[in-house]
Amino acid sequence: MPFLHAFLFGIYPYIAATIFLLGSLFRFEREQYTWKSDSSQLLYHGRIRAGSILFHVGILGLFLGHFVGLLTPVAVWDTLGVSHGLKQMIAMVAGGVMGALCLTGLLILLQRRLSEARVAAVTTGGDKLLLAWLLVTLLLGLSTIAVSSGHLDGHVMLQLMSWAQHLVTFRGDAAGCIADVPMIFKAHLFMGITLFLIFPFTRLVHVWSGLASVTYLGRTWQLVRPR
Amino acid sequence: MVLNLDKCIGCHTCSVTCKNVWTSRDGVEYAWFNNVETKPGIGYPKEWENQAKWKGGWIRDADGKLRPRQGGKLQILGNLFANPNLPQIDDYYEPFTYDYERLQNAPLSQTPPTARPVSAITGKKMDKIEWGPNWEDDLGGEFASRGRDPLFENVQKEMYATFENTFMMYLPRLCEHCLNPTCVASCPSGSVYKREDDGIVLVDQDKCRGWRMCISGCPYKKIYYNWKSGKAEKCTFCFPRLEAGQPTVCSETCVGRIRYLGVMLYDADRIAEAAATPRAGDLYQSQLNVFLDPHDPAVLDAALQQGIPQSWLEAARRSPVYKMAVEWKVAFPLHPEYRTLPMVWYVPPLSPIQSAAQAGHMGMNGILPDVASLRIPLRYLANLLTAGDELPVARALERMLAMRAYKRSQTVHDAVDESVLAQVGMTAAQVEDMYQTMAIANYEDRFVVPSSHKEMVEDSFNEKGACGFTFGNGCSGGVSSPTLFGRRPQGLSRAPGMAKPGEKETP
Repeated sequence: MPFLHAFLFGIYPYIAATIFLLGSLFRFEREQYTWKSDSSQLLYHGRIRAGSILFHVGILGLFLGHFVGLLTPVAVWDTLGVSHGLKQMIAMVAGGVMGALCLTGLLILLQRRLSEARVAAVTTGGDKLLLAWLLVTLLLGLSTIAVSSGHLDGHVMLQLMSWAQHLVTFRGDAAGCIADVPMIFKAHLFMGITLFLIFPFTRLVHVWSGLASVTYLGRTWQLVRPR
Repeated sequence: MVLNLDKCIGCHTCSVTCKNVWTSRDGVEYAWFNNVETKPGIGYPKEWENQAKWKGGWIRDADGKLRPRQGGKLQILGNLFANPNLPQIDDYYEPFTYDYERLQNAPLSQTPPTARPVSAITGKKMDKIEWGPNWEDDLGGEFASRGRDPLFENVQKEMYATFENTFMMYLPRLCEHCLNPTCVASCPSGSVYKREDDGIVLVDQDKCRGWRMCISGCPYKKIYYNWKSGKAEKCTFCFPRLEAGQPTVCSETCVGRIRYLGVMLYDADRIAEAAATPRAGDLYQSQLNVFLDPHDPAVLDAALQQGIPQSWLEAARRSPVYKMAVEWKVAFPLHPEYRTLPMVWYVPPLSPIQSAAQAGHMGMNGILPDVASLRIPLRYLANLLTAGDELPVARALERMLAMRAYKRSQTVHDAVDESVLAQVGMTAAQVEDMYQTMAIANYEDRFVVPSSHKEMVEDSFNEKGACGFTFGNGCSGGVSSPTLFGRRPQGLSRAPGMAKPGEKETP
């Protein structure tokens, strides 16, 4: 068990991150034709507007929340005068709201994708795996809120933060930081890390392009290219 | 390109040859880069001209700036998750094939077996085919539906609902390869672009991310979403043929000889100003002002200095498009009020006057019949071609009538009647040229396409021996096997009972 723990939370994140970055790069370089959002809106509108907007707003909010929440050094929060308990409360509420938006959207999209024959016809195995993976990760993440409400002093949160910060600063003892967090956090972490691993092989790559599309704002309306 | 609607017989040969060459593939079965609609009608996709609904083209803000009708850049990015202005496949039609096998396999029965339509998307039997690229062919369907045609604006359309007053015309439609394309402007990933040397608007298939904003942006709905590949696709103006000096497939195969291809010289710096002309009715004239006279020595000098090859300038001088659009002013842009400055122009059709003339209902204007008495209301044509300005359309129709009257007096009465020409402001030489170009319409007069000068963009010496000795398309391996990243093998067909690659034939 200690070995598995050390592997999953000390080494596996680096494997996943490497595959995430190199896989994305390789796919962008060699297989750009497959790089797309893979929209099925043309085939069936249904409640796509509600579902897709809720889902995307929710999941982008969750990503941003995790990014800021996990990687901002504790010293910064202390300087700002945000107590650990308050920060945990913010994380639980913001995460809960964004998670609820995301879950509502995801359920609408799942229902549309599985029940509408035309959309089901263009759904690949990869799409199904991805949606199922997102759903399980999200449900695990939402259930951690219930567990967290049992200990509002922020110590588990601090453990998770130092785990993430140890990882990104390449300190060897990252896995040790979360040796005794409840199992449900570990399950959520595993699912989340693996999401990065499968990222380059699914339609998730369109997230890169979505972020890159802000360059559109600074572009001229018309584009002319030489042959 | 110019399309002479006066000669279009609505045979759909252009559509079919285009489909066979470009869109007989999975995911674009429903897409017709070229289709022929019968007007009046709401067309394909349904109500494509209704921009209050689809939000295509540009609008001019109060401060005189243009922005896409679907919104500015921020709003377009905000709609990435779900595009509120995207037609659904049923607005085009659900692509289908037929269960032909049933005709042979059906058990013995009292009634002959039928081949039911099978959806190309789901592979399931369909109850009914509801729409198509020429659904209203030859006035098919009831007037209540066709009457939603927005071209009836300011026309007393109820009058034309009755059988004895009805009228129709064909409208072949393809990508307009606009000077100010909204599809290009709407693309957040910058994959849609206009080619520098010939102005063809293309989609970079590798760069397209399937954000679908171009589809809403295009007011002609001539850019399509390939539901299989997840990329936008559109008319390529048959650029591989054009580069070799050949006409597009739709032009080449047109049996009515209605299509014309030619070089137009224009001043790109005037485009933005012309597109932002305040009054919609002036857009036709302001687009004309963008074009440059290929006979003007100053223009030719400037063009040569910019590196435009001599052969292109020669072609510009002989361009049938320039003659019809600028010299004779008989061709007009399609819906200039969309402010895209479209580059496929149309000669308005004359319509029957004979019976009206014989019954004495016909107004005459000198020896020419009054074009206001033509069966197709002038206003209707003006709504299509000049944003409602009837005068230029009337003048074009008069010139076409004058050409006929002149040639008739020449061939039947053996006399030259130049008075009729003076009435429409043309010379005998011009009308003879017009007759040669528009009536006789020889191949070399219709298509003045200079081959492209590849040597100016590529050093072909480096390509010597580099390409052509491989399997596949010549320069790549031509591999179409699926990859780890979701590329699917090409050529999957959903025709029932047919084996897919790697599958066993069903007995």
